[in-house]
Amino acid sequence: MTTTTTAPPSTAPGQSPQLRTRRLPVVASLGIAVAAVVLSAAVVYGAGIGGTALVVALAVVFYLVGLFLASNAVEGRRQARNRTWSALIHSAFVLALLPLASVTWTLVSKGIERLDGNFFGTSMNNIGARDPNGGAYHAIIGTLEQVGVATLITVPLGIACAIYIVEYGRGRFAFTIRFFVDVMTGIPSIVAGLFVLAFWILIVSPYFNDGRPGYSGFAASLALSVLMLPTIVRSTEEMLRLVPAPLREGAYALGIPKWKTILRIVLPTALPGIVTGVMLAVARAAGETAPVLLVAGGGAAINFNPFENNQSSLALYVYQQAGDASRYAPARAWAAALTLVALVLILTIAAKLLARRNRFSR
Amino acid sequence: MGDTPDRSANAGTGGPRVTIGHAGSAGAALSVDVPVTPADRAPDGAGRRGGGSGGGGTGLGGGGALPRRSAFGAERLFQSFTMAAGAMVLVIIVAIAIFLIAKAVPALNANTANFFTFEGWFPNEAQPRFGIGALAFGTVLTSVLALLLAVPVALGIALYLSHYAPRRVGTALGFLVDLLAAVPSVVFGLWGRDFFYGPVQEFSVWLNKYFGWIPIFGGEGPFGRSILLGSLVLAIMVLPIITSLSREVFRQTPTANEEAALALGATKWEMIRTAVLPYGRPGVIGATMLGLGRALGETIALAMTLGIVSSISFNIIENGGNTVAANIANAFGEANDTGRGALIASGLVLFSITLIVNITARAIIYRRREFTESAA
Repeated sequence: MTTTTTAPPSTAPGQSPQLRTRRLPVVASLGIAVAAVVLSAAVVYGAGIGGTALVVALAVVFYLVGLFLASNAVEGRRQARNRTWSALIHSAFVLALLPLASVTWTLVSKGIERLDGNFFGTSMNNIGARDPNGGAYHAIIGTLEQVGVATLITVPLGIACAIYIVEYGRGRFAFTIRFFVDVMTGIPSIVAGLFVLAFWILIVSPYFNDGRPGYSGFAASLALSVLMLPTIVRSTEEMLRLVPAPLREGAYALGIPKWKTILRIVLPTALPGIVTGVMLAVARAAGETAPVLLVAGGGAAINFNPFENNQSSLALYVYQQAGDASRYAPARAWAAALTLVALVLILTIAAKLLARRNRFSR
Repeated sequence: MGDTPDRSANAGTGGPRVTIGHAGSAGAALSVDVPVTPADRAPDGAGRRGGGSGGGGTGLGGGGALPRRSAFGAERLFQSFTMAAGAMVLVIIVAIAIFLIAKAVPALNANTANFFTFEGWFPNEAQPRFGIGALAFGTVLTSVLALLLAVPVALGIALYLSHYAPRRVGTALGFLVDLLAAVPSVVFGLWGRDFFYGPVQEFSVWLNKYFGWIPIFGGEGPFGRSILLGSLVLAIMVLPIITSLSREVFRQTPTANEEAALALGATKWEMIRTAVLPYGRPGVIGATMLGLGRALGETIALAMTLGIVSSISFNIIENGGNTVAANIANAFGEANDTGRGALIASGLVLFSITLIVNITARAIIYRRREFTESAA
């Protein structure tokens, strides 16, 4: 078996037989990079047409061109293409990391300023444009209650819908439902808000509210439910499909009716995955601004009752403070944004870690 | 259990064909040798049991000791409940259309301008005049621009994660990209308004100075709160969606195809071009359409970054731009009855457009059953 040593490693195709093909040394590509930076700096500052950002952008272009030409001369056209595309793909990745880093940095550096006990302990009631304090207590209450009610509405409905799709439904009807669950994931959040505005606020709520439209946290929950439902159905459906068939068959063999098998055997087995999906949906709903803006009213005072009177939410609070003229408002907006992102990311990360720990054989 | 399809065999396909389960309870399972066809269990899944046990004449139902009657009731109840929950999805979508139309029609009747061509939004006046001409234009322009910026980068990242990065790094970075998708849009809006505005404004001034002769970069200023800023923020927001879906399809390229390309002496890029990209094309198209649907409906980030001027202009760096969704968020505060109706009418247009885009995208994706990961 000693003759197999010439087999090329699959990770580095076309680069192996060093006896025949010449390769561009690593030093050369480093040299090209340095030359590209120097050249671009010379061009930009020599002609006086821009700053550092332009130097970097031009340097990347020069590097790609230089790499292609050098590789073309040494290794041939195909290797040159390979190298250039590889460099392009890597730079696309770096390019995408820039906004991520920038958002994180801005969020933390600006948000930390007002992140104090006062922020979490007070509302915006009686806070004027000249008051530096004021907090998001009412908004946090609003977010928790609205998302909580929405979860209570959506989870039973979503799980039942997924059970129907996986366990009972067949034929065109089940296919249609499954298809439109997917389509529903794409409904814009503002449209969900408008739907609840047209349906609940303008048509139903006047009956409970002396003929006037009643904005409330519950209306926001309804809108969030519309947005959460498809996410929960999809993730639950995936999880139910992963439950091994022998588990069900064992239950049937013991004489257990189907509905009890589903409730006692299938659902508990799929539970960790379902919880993950619910947490992801909750995280997404907590960050929604547009529906809450339209139907919750957004008050400044603390309101514990989601069924009556205006409520705010963290995302809406960020939006309102960002549009506020007070010079203290931006700091409050960033602090609330940091709180919101922390809440959403903790939920998301916890959900993903849970999913990783409890993964079925996949 | 020879004829019963194995559930686990179909588990990973994610196709819309639902695996056929066992409708009967233990007693009815005596008839398991009968091939289970959809017609067999057609009406409500209980027909076979009714024949086997209720009459008892056929002699198939052997489990006389089982509590059949009560199980029958609970089974029917549970099944109807899940079916109602499933139908709820369709009901909601239809209800959205019905209620939006119901509230939009009075405002549309009161409108004194042409709804589809008029470039302005004055629904609160005594003579309401409003049209979605400029808004629809702004929506399409920002979304298309955002996709033009996002798709190449997203494909690059997806290829990097699926074929270039070491496995561990790829997983970790893919996780990071997914986290980017979880960041609420209001945070991106705030970031775009308070931080990203500066660099974009400088860039716009630079573009105007050296490329002002191109109409889209012309104008006198002021620059900054422009279509360009909105599109860039939007591009960052749709990037994770397109990336994670494309990465999934690229990863599912059959190893045999890739290795065959490599065995024929292809370089890595040639392998990607000949094996990975053609295989992933429908998925990438579907992912792009989903990104488009997301971009069309994005509200808050655009309401915070655009200049909110309702006029049709191809200039992308001057202050201005407005979209249907951003207009709803901005104009809702001071809207009266007709104003709300007008906003609902514009929302109806948005709903129809996104519905069409999403149905198309899903239809494309459904042609590839290999998809298992959901989009959002």
